[in-house]
Amino acid sequence: MDDSSTFDVVTAEPLDDIMQKIAEHKGCGTSSSGGKASCGSSDGPDDMAPEIWEKVKNHPCYSEEAHHHYARMHVAVAPACNIQCNYCNRKYDCANESRPGVVSEKLSPEQAAKKVLAVASTIPQMTVLGIAGPGDPLANPAKTFKTFELISKTAPDIKLCLSTNGLALPDHVETIARYNVDHVTITVNMTDPEVGAEIYPWIFWNHKRVTGKEAAKILTDRQMQGLEMLTERGILCKINSVMIPGINDQHLVEVNKAVKSRGAFLHNIMPLISAPEHGTVFGLSGQRGPSAQELKALQDSCEGEMNMMRHCRQCRADAVGLLGEDRSAEFTTDKIMEMDVAYDLESRQAYQSAVEQERLAKVAAKEAEMETLSREDVDGLNILVAVATKGNGRINEHFGHASEFQVYELSSSGAKFVGHRRVDLYCQGGYGEEDSLETVIRAINDCTAVFVAKIGHCPKDSLLAAGIEPIDEYAFEFIEQSAIAYFRNYLARVKSGEIAHVARGDADIRQGAFISA
Amino acid sequence: MAYKIVASQCTSCSACEAECPNVAISEKNGTFVINPKKCTECIGHFDIPQCVAVCPVDNTCVIDTSFPRYQPPGGAA
Repeated sequence: MDDSSTFDVVTAEPLDDIMQKIAEHKGCGTSSSGGKASCGSSDGPDDMAPEIWEKVKNHPCYSEEAHHHYARMHVAVAPACNIQCNYCNRKYDCANESRPGVVSEKLSPEQAAKKVLAVASTIPQMTVLGIAGPGDPLANPAKTFKTFELISKTAPDIKLCLSTNGLALPDHVETIARYNVDHVTITVNMTDPEVGAEIYPWIFWNHKRVTGKEAAKILTDRQMQGLEMLTERGILCKINSVMIPGINDQHLVEVNKAVKSRGAFLHNIMPLISAPEHGTVFGLSGQRGPSAQELKALQDSCEGEMNMMRHCRQCRADAVGLLGEDRSAEFTTDKIMEMDVAYDLESRQAYQSAVEQERLAKVAAKEAEMETLSREDVDGLNILVAVATKGNGRINEHFGHASEFQVYELSSSGAKFVGHRRVDLYCQGGYGEEDSLETVIRAINDCTAVFVAKIGHCPKDSLLAAGIEPIDEYAFEFIEQSAIAYFRNYLARVKSGEIAHVARGDADIRQGAFISA
Repeated sequence: MAYKIVASQCTSCSACEAECPNVAISEKNGTFVINPKKCTECIGHFDIPQCVAVCPVDNTCVIDTSFPRYQPPGGAA
């Protein structure tokens, strides 16, 4: 008997065939509400220098671990931008639209500072304040740094970060260091001006509008210079890259090498969000975004000495809450100006220390479970599973209420977070309750199982028909511990011949806008 | 002449406000407006009008022909 054929591998059916089956067995609808967490590296304290761990451990965008537990907020004080990108359209603001660069209202630095205090008092796990636009924070330096100054005086425990296209970065590195901004994100989509000319129609530089390769050359030079200046000063840098199939998808491997060699801490490759209703150049030209497996393959190929971030939710420049949830509607300018805010540092710290205890328990449970997983049994096999969670690292969301699923890869190295899939209903019309189950299945079609706190009979049958096993026996347990236990059981069932291991197909990445925030 | 901002197209991003060499641009009722008395079309300052160059929406900062062409002091233009 050939050793390589320990498992029967059945080739997955094409997505459309599966959808046909689902149509025949019409499932129940889901309504989405509530939210989840997610932005960062999957590494824990064992893989990191202590001083770096200290910087990232409660930053949801820099630590995958932290994103289950801590929240961030963005304040939209920076409306102006100094470059034009083909994936951005600033004019669009559907109330429930969710893309970077879109906000409902802009704030003055004083309003922003008040909002931060109001949010920090209401959400004790809010540990990070970022300025991410809706334009470029460094194209609005006075407003950006005034906001940091006000917040560092009133809420000194909150970490400050900003996100920039990098064009103006070298001019502001000294100021960034002076305000103790210890996390900076630079969006780098290319290092080759030929590629850049396809992404950036123009930049505003030295009082001129510069176009084409010349513009892209200036931009990439400034980005790399800024990155080097930041890492020299010990400021953690995350690189965001938008994956645009056919334009920079292959090239991002080169970008990854370029930023790694300049000391970037984390690389976040995000899928292009592109739909005609966004009114962007790419949306209108029909430029597609990547599929879930195309994105994962690129992220996997860049993973090496550098951490890859897979939990980015591409949030708005006025987002509030855990990653994946948005509580900004609770904190509109009108509401915060009426709030009587008392900043209670002590109760925030008490809450956060309780969170740390929970995290330690979670890690211990995962390690204990890992010891039961024997490498021989795994035999090179790996599967993906989807998880419905509201945060805290537990399986604690009802299938029908999930607005996104977190995806874990199970292999001989245990359970690894590899991404998330949004399944909320879209603005693009035609989607109703009846179709939402189809949306979910398309989004997690590459998964073998879905872990939920609870699930109705109807969607259960639809999932089984699509070849996805619904699992509710680990309700409210820790995600990773449960996933490893499931994997051990899965391997045993495959070995005994009870089930056949099926190589799953691809899945869709959400493109449209939210209609339920 | 002077430049004017087409209000229905303005995204209120404020990029033009900071670039104007004449401090002619300010926010009014949610969008930005150019004071035609202060606008010099950037003649004598820059090769191209700064509001036009920095505006993210094409054809939003446009010439307002209801004003006479700006005459630089000394009549150089």
